[in-house]
Amino acid sequence: MVGELSGILEHVDRIGRLDLDGVEPTSHVVALENVWREDEPRPSLPREAALANAPDPQDGAFRAPSPQAE
Amino acid sequence: MAGPLDLTVAEAAAAIAATELSAAEYFAAWRAAAAGDELNAYLWTAPEPEGEHEHLEGPLGGVPIAVKDIFVTEGVPTTAGSRILEGYLPPYTASAVRRLREAGARVLGKTNMDEFAMGSSNENSAYGPVLNPWDRDRVPGGSSGGSAAAVAAGLAPAALGTDTGGSIRQPAALCGIVGLKPTYGAISRYGMIAFASSLDQCGPLTRDVTDAALLLAALQGRDRCDTTSVGIEAGVEAPSREDLSGLRFGVPQLAEEGVEAGVREVFEATLRRIEELGGEIAEVELPNSELGISAYYVLAPAEASSNLARYDGVRYGVRRGGDGDLLEMYESTRAEGFGPEVKRRIMLGTYALSSGYYEAYYGQAQKVRTRIAEDFDNAFAAVDFVVTPTSPSVAFELGAKTADPLAMYLNDFFTVPMSLAGIPAISIPAGLAAPDGGGPELPVGFQIAAPAFAEQKLLEAAFALETAIGFNRELAAVIPWKGSA
Repeated sequence: MVGELSGILEHVDRIGRLDLDGVEPTSHVVALENVWREDEPRPSLPREAALANAPDPQDGAFRAPSPQAE
Repeated sequence: MAGPLDLTVAEAAAAIAATELSAAEYFAAWRAAAAGDELNAYLWTAPEPEGEHEHLEGPLGGVPIAVKDIFVTEGVPTTAGSRILEGYLPPYTASAVRRLREAGARVLGKTNMDEFAMGSSNENSAYGPVLNPWDRDRVPGGSSGGSAAAVAAGLAPAALGTDTGGSIRQPAALCGIVGLKPTYGAISRYGMIAFASSLDQCGPLTRDVTDAALLLAALQGRDRCDTTSVGIEAGVEAPSREDLSGLRFGVPQLAEEGVEAGVREVFEATLRRIEELGGEIAEVELPNSELGISAYYVLAPAEASSNLARYDGVRYGVRRGGDGDLLEMYESTRAEGFGPEVKRRIMLGTYALSSGYYEAYYGQAQKVRTRIAEDFDNAFAAVDFVVTPTSPSVAFELGAKTADPLAMYLNDFFTVPMSLAGIPAISIPAGLAAPDGGGPELPVGFQIAAPAFAEQKLLEAAFALETAIGFNRELAAVIPWKGSA
């Protein structure tokens, strides 16, 4: 994979060498105004549905291993 | 003899609305066809129809549609072609699927795809490659390869796909069907599993342009669940144009290398066909388009590396590594859950976003994106459309490019610039050509791109050209979906 990544980086390196001073970057292509809506409460997923796919749910919450090894 | 499976979506919906065709029988016939899938196009097919047929009076009333497995569907397995989502049952449904259902359509099945839509051959699926119905030793294209193969093979009347850098248009071209990538923002992305959020767009894969318009009309629109969705203000209607008089088609300089001779011949024959229909061919300059692949393969992996951080084995999806600490669990889950192409792109993306490299890669790529969009703006000041071959080659053999990711990426050469500019583009089948080096004749796609939100104009031109080319009519004997009915 090291060789593959080097080949790809070599190809994309072309853009690193371009002189693009003064060009505005594009992060979003469609001109959008701020989108506002009323701040009204709407029903959200019930807890059981949100937890239904969790590998290790416990007491209505997601459970994960401790960040610190024993 | 023509049967119900020979009907286009528009014809079937009309027959169902006129009660000449039973929606239940029609669905059952498609279910049987989908169940006979020998191409690995489907990852899941619908069991007995869930409940009554609703909204039969809708524009897609009673029509079954295959849905790329990147759209979450409540209670139906959704994997995005990845091991890491094996067994995942989403608790909600994507807006695009909801809209199709509201128009009367039903989900026929979930189609195979490159893992997280990363690929151009469908060989990156964790569930095995899809085979091209024209030649089963060849790829169907990707990443919406299952959707394209299903429609081309007569396993679905139409399908939903997604396109980030060509993932609808290229498989449509390689399978000999129509694929439309609408303007970014035309259709809600809510519930569409994210790959590169600033590029991802959903669209239809269909047998003809009329069906593409019909599906787009149902799909497009603003959605409160996706603040980047704006819809197509003017709406979408069935196209009816018969000529191309008064329309100018811009042809960019094609790179001499890399485009197969047969593809070039079909492309040039199609340009002559445009002139016969009264259209005008003009040269256009898109000087920055050749930088498209470089910019795309910085931007898309960068966004993917961020989007895919959510697969951590905590809230859903698979978890691996039981006894260690949290970091060990993350590492095992992602090492075993993701395939090689996804890992490659996450590494590329995190590298491109890392301190010290951000400006040289991500910053520069965003500026190249501006330049590419400006090129199209300049071109559209002089012409109505920009046309190219959809793919530089016909369908290639399975395994031909898997050892060389860069060669695979270069297959997106003609489709990536439109994605970066956010503009709509359609691929229609234009003829057949043998691959370089010989072999069976395979479909060639012709790509037409238009300014943002000019979908109706794009569909009208594609319809006139499709009618003149007569691909489905003249090749009826060899078209897989015609032969299978």
